[in-house]
Amino acid sequence: MRVTRILAAMAATGTLAAGLGGCSPIEPWVKPYEREHFADPIMSLSRDPVSTSYLEHVFESREGSRGATGGVGGGCGCN
Amino acid sequence: MKNRLVTLAAALLLSVPVMGAADPSGPAPQFTLASRTGKDLSLAQYRGQVVMLNFWASWCGPCRQEMPLLESIYKKYNKMGFVLIGVNVEPDSAKAEEWLKQTPVSFPIVFDKDSKVSKAYDVAGMPSTIFIDRKGNLRVLHRGYKPGDENEYLDKIRTLIRE
Amino acid sequence: MRLQLMRTRWHLLLAFVIGGTPVVAGVLPDDRADVLYHRYQGGGITIQGPSVLVRKKVGDNFSLSAGYYEDMISSASIDVKLTASPYKENRKQENFSVDYLHGKTTYSAGYIHSREPDYASNTTFYSLSQDMFGDLTTVSLTYKRGWDRVYKDEKDAATGQIINDPHFFGGSSSATADHRGWALGISQILTRSLLASFNYELLEDEGYLQSPYRQIRFLDPTDGKGYRTADQTYPHTRTSNSASLLLKYFLPYRAAVSGQYRYFQDTWGIVGHTFEVDYTHPIKRAVPFLFWPVEGHVVLDGSLRYYRQNAADFYSDLFPRQSYQNFEARDRELAAFNSYAIGFGATYEFPQLSWAPWINKSTVNVRLDHLIIDYSDFRAVYTGSGIAPGTEPLYKLNANVFQVFVSAWY
Repeated sequence: MRVTRILAAMAATGTLAAGLGGCSPIEPWVKPYEREHFADPIMSLSRDPVSTSYLEHVFESREGSRGATGGVGGGCGCN
Repeated sequence: MKNRLVTLAAALLLSVPVMGAADPSGPAPQFTLASRTGKDLSLAQYRGQVVMLNFWASWCGPCRQEMPLLESIYKKYNKMGFVLIGVNVEPDSAKAEEWLKQTPVSFPIVFDKDSKVSKAYDVAGMPSTIFIDRKGNLRVLHRGYKPGDENEYLDKIRTLIRE
Repeated sequence: MRLQLMRTRWHLLLAFVIGGTPVVAGVLPDDRADVLYHRYQGGGITIQGPSVLVRKKVGDNFSLSAGYYEDMISSASIDVKLTASPYKENRKQENFSVDYLHGKTTYSAGYIHSREPDYASNTTFYSLSQDMFGDLTTVSLTYKRGWDRVYKDEKDAATGQIINDPHFFGGSSSATADHRGWALGISQILTRSLLASFNYELLEDEGYLQSPYRQIRFLDPTDGKGYRTADQTYPHTRTSNSASLLLKYFLPYRAAVSGQYRYFQDTWGIVGHTFEVDYTHPIKRAVPFLFWPVEGHVVLDGSLRYYRQNAADFYSDLFPRQSYQNFEARDRELAAFNSYAIGFGATYEFPQLSWAPWINKSTVNVRLDHLIIDYSDFRAVYTGSGIAPGTEPLYKLNANVFQVFVSAWY
């Protein structure tokens, strides 16, 4: 089944990516001190979740499509 | 297909260990940077004192939050052989200057406009705070800031001053 | 519930709580509260109501959120005009969720409950998101499960009151619909100014997936209108796949532009394409002849959205005869159409409130979206029109969606 194959591929890449992430020397090419633009609220994927969700609800209840509407969160990685 | 997703979830969790910030050691990388007063400032001139390097940016919320606390720490320990240096990481220092006008600090601020020092110290989070002992050796790395962390700063400073 | 298909119901509730891929997993979301009023008007329907969302950290590692949402529906839509009568209805929804942060991983779980006179829905979800590669990448996985109970309202012959039909489904007053979903989200910082977000979602439904009110129509020359109506028959299962890619870019003069595409496909034969462009522009300079200082306080938003889909395999505006095929539907959400939307929004950030020093930031926001749906095979049928079946004008929907909300961060 196509779905299964897609998921299998994703699982494989995901595991691979995760494996590489385990303290291996992948250097982040945008350093934490270079993330000024991502600290700006205008770069947030959803500045106002309550409003974004409502609008998604409006579209989704009138269309056949659904799902894969990412986008709440944001920030600069400042912890 | 559910199983595959569970496997993926497990793989993500197991293979990405949380890399804690191990405390550094060895001599602190030397640097000379333009400071806020216009004069150059070198790390070398503080040899014999305990140095706290704080990497910060005006766009970083936690950095702004801890700034007034850092100021009070500096004022309290400055006369006991302790210095705090704020390393601003922004390529354009105008925003930092503007912010400092509203939140004045008396400790030295230097501008690492081309990120040389941030790179040398391998800054991996904002803010990052590094403690250097009287001998010029790296001792403690503190990543990030959350309310209460200032107590940890004070502990480290007291310990290092006594050495 | 008559307003829309049940199949969408369960899933869209979730949007209220989790939304998608956070850019950062190693940080809990900000403490904030939102109070929103929403109003949708178009196609003979008005839906309005409040929405409230509150989020608060507990200790260093937990964040709790609670929400309330209400739709007050007053309808005399095209569907109602064909077979039923205008109605008023309320839907209320509550949701709760908890996030737990451990290292660079955030674990979330939540519960959503929604109810209206003829529909009840319960959903749970579990999600984890993880920062990787020096926090340039955030991966998140979500599993969700939903249980719905479907009723059919009718007017009690004796009392005239609206009650649940006691024999609606197989001699019982209710039918069930179960749902399962899996989602994968990856957000990736590509350069100092460019962010990408990929999302994939698989959804499965099983049970009573249709509206018990809406009807199909089929040709019948013996009838005065030339057609008759009958109950819809939907398949009992549905599986859908959707994948989306979003790119968001920070413009050098401090503004943001983003573009998004989503592909959708399901086992009912629907393929949908969504394209969207958004632009966000903070006002940086004083505006002449304005007594209000807007610079540094106002952010403007604009968006354009285009969506198209083909019809479901078992959809027809007019079936050739009675019981023409096993599955038959005439829900316009399953029709072929093109949809266009344009939206504008404005945010005003208040200066620090002297009477509430514990509020770090507060805003008031307005947003207006205009929506057009051009149906390719759904006709505007009004009883008694005298127009030969199948030659009625195609239906076109125009709607305005208005939101006003205040937000506070503390």
